[in-house]
Amino acid sequence: MSNYSAFEIIGPKMVGPSSSHTAGAARLGRVASKLVIGKIEKVEFHLHGSFAKTYKGHGTDRALMAGLLGMKEDDENLKYSLEIAKENGIEYQFIEDDLGEVHPNTVKFIIYQREGKDVEIMGSSIGGGNIKVIEINGMKLEFVGQYPTLITKHLDSPGVVSKITKILSDHNINIAFMSVFRQDKGQDALMVIESDNKLDEALVEAINTSSENIKEVYIIEGL
Amino acid sequence: MYNFKNGKELINICKEQDKKIWEVMLLREVKNSERSYEEIFDQMKDNVNTMLIAVEKGINSDRKSISGLVGGDGKKLKERYLNDRTLSGKRTLKATAGAMAVLEVNASMGQIVAAPTAGSSGILPGVLYMIKDEFHVDDDTLVKALFTASAIGFVIAKNATVSGADGGCQAETGSAAAMAAAALVEVEGGTPEEALNAAAMTIKNILGLVCDPIAGLVESPCVKRNAIGATNALISADMALAGIGSIIPFDEVVEAMYNVGKSMSPTLKETALGGLAATPTGRRITKEIFGE
Repeated sequence: MSNYSAFEIIGPKMVGPSSSHTAGAARLGRVASKLVIGKIEKVEFHLHGSFAKTYKGHGTDRALMAGLLGMKEDDENLKYSLEIAKENGIEYQFIEDDLGEVHPNTVKFIIYQREGKDVEIMGSSIGGGNIKVIEINGMKLEFVGQYPTLITKHLDSPGVVSKITKILSDHNINIAFMSVFRQDKGQDALMVIESDNKLDEALVEAINTSSENIKEVYIIEGL
Repeated sequence: MYNFKNGKELINICKEQDKKIWEVMLLREVKNSERSYEEIFDQMKDNVNTMLIAVEKGINSDRKSISGLVGGDGKKLKERYLNDRTLSGKRTLKATAGAMAVLEVNASMGQIVAAPTAGSSGILPGVLYMIKDEFHVDDDTLVKALFTASAIGFVIAKNATVSGADGGCQAETGSAAAMAAAALVEVEGGTPEEALNAAAMTIKNILGLVCDPIAGLVESPCVKRNAIGATNALISADMALAGIGSIIPFDEVVEAMYNVGKSMSPTLKETALGGLAATPTGRRITKEIFGE
């Protein structure tokens, strides 16, 4: 019994044919692109369920690549994304896979960068163009990408979380939602902070240099 | 002050404030979003423009969809209303061809506005295209028409569903057609009650329609279901403007549609397991597109 806006009824503006299999796929690609630092050498798209069965007919493959190249879901060049990837020397492969107990429209990106570490990210298109990211580099987490999102990978140890939230408060950033996903005690943990405010590179720098226990920091603009 | 939960409350607000549906919906948006009237109006104007561009693009194109299953039918219908004596009349066919054209653009990965979904995105552009061309209404009137339409869509989404996967095609193209019918009534000077009567009759006319896309793609029969949705909207709007009422009120029709959708077999709700998708030809085409 939601209180829909007029623009949830008439909208969004998007490239067809399907809000879940095309627009949502492009958004997943766009989130994945934010974890890439250097140039992409090769991408494997592991497709699950309905994504695996129907990706060709819905242009899911083109949408995923388009998002990874930074295109939005209403970009008319979305349908040429595979050709654009080739021109830029990006190799790609679409693999039908079983990703386990996940939503039928789920994809796992394995991104090989020319320099730097490989990136793995898994997410689902959950309907009407909405998405949910469920795993990054083998670690479980959950966020929807609607808000500016800060993701940190850090060593599960006392004081790290408070250090990060202190920096946010110093930058006058309000936290809307916050979750910590520890993989094992004393091992790596992921923290996801969804904010009302725009997040910038200065923030990444400040967090990165604040503690030896913080290993990686990413920001993802709101979709 | 402008919030409503159903058609009855919407009509009451219209009466109390002496306003049309489009105006109530727009003022509701201003209140709920805390954005300016102008900003919201302009955002909807962008939707009108995107819709009309999609019609123009599709109606002049033979471009096939990714699967090759659909494409070029909007143009065929346009050539008929331009060159031949038609049975259903030029205006009806113009709206219908426009609706098909947009779904064809959608299926070939062109830009559209979900209205309310991608699979039903042709119906509103089709009727807007026709009234702009035939009645020379200005763009602001078309923007208002989309606010009327969104009010109807909102009531359906809030009390039932606009998704084929949840309620069958009756919920998806049925909602789009009901939204279009109400919009047409207001553009043509009808009252809010007449607009709701038109929306009610539109849904009644296709109550029970299943969602059975071949190969699960938003192509066939979706393009033609958008065609008949546009036609349904025109006829229902004309009936309402003639003073014909809906015997079952709009809110009860929406509830009936929801209940019919719930009792529909899952094979008939976008799973491509029943209806046309499960016919020998439907299965053959599926194999041709996806392999074994």
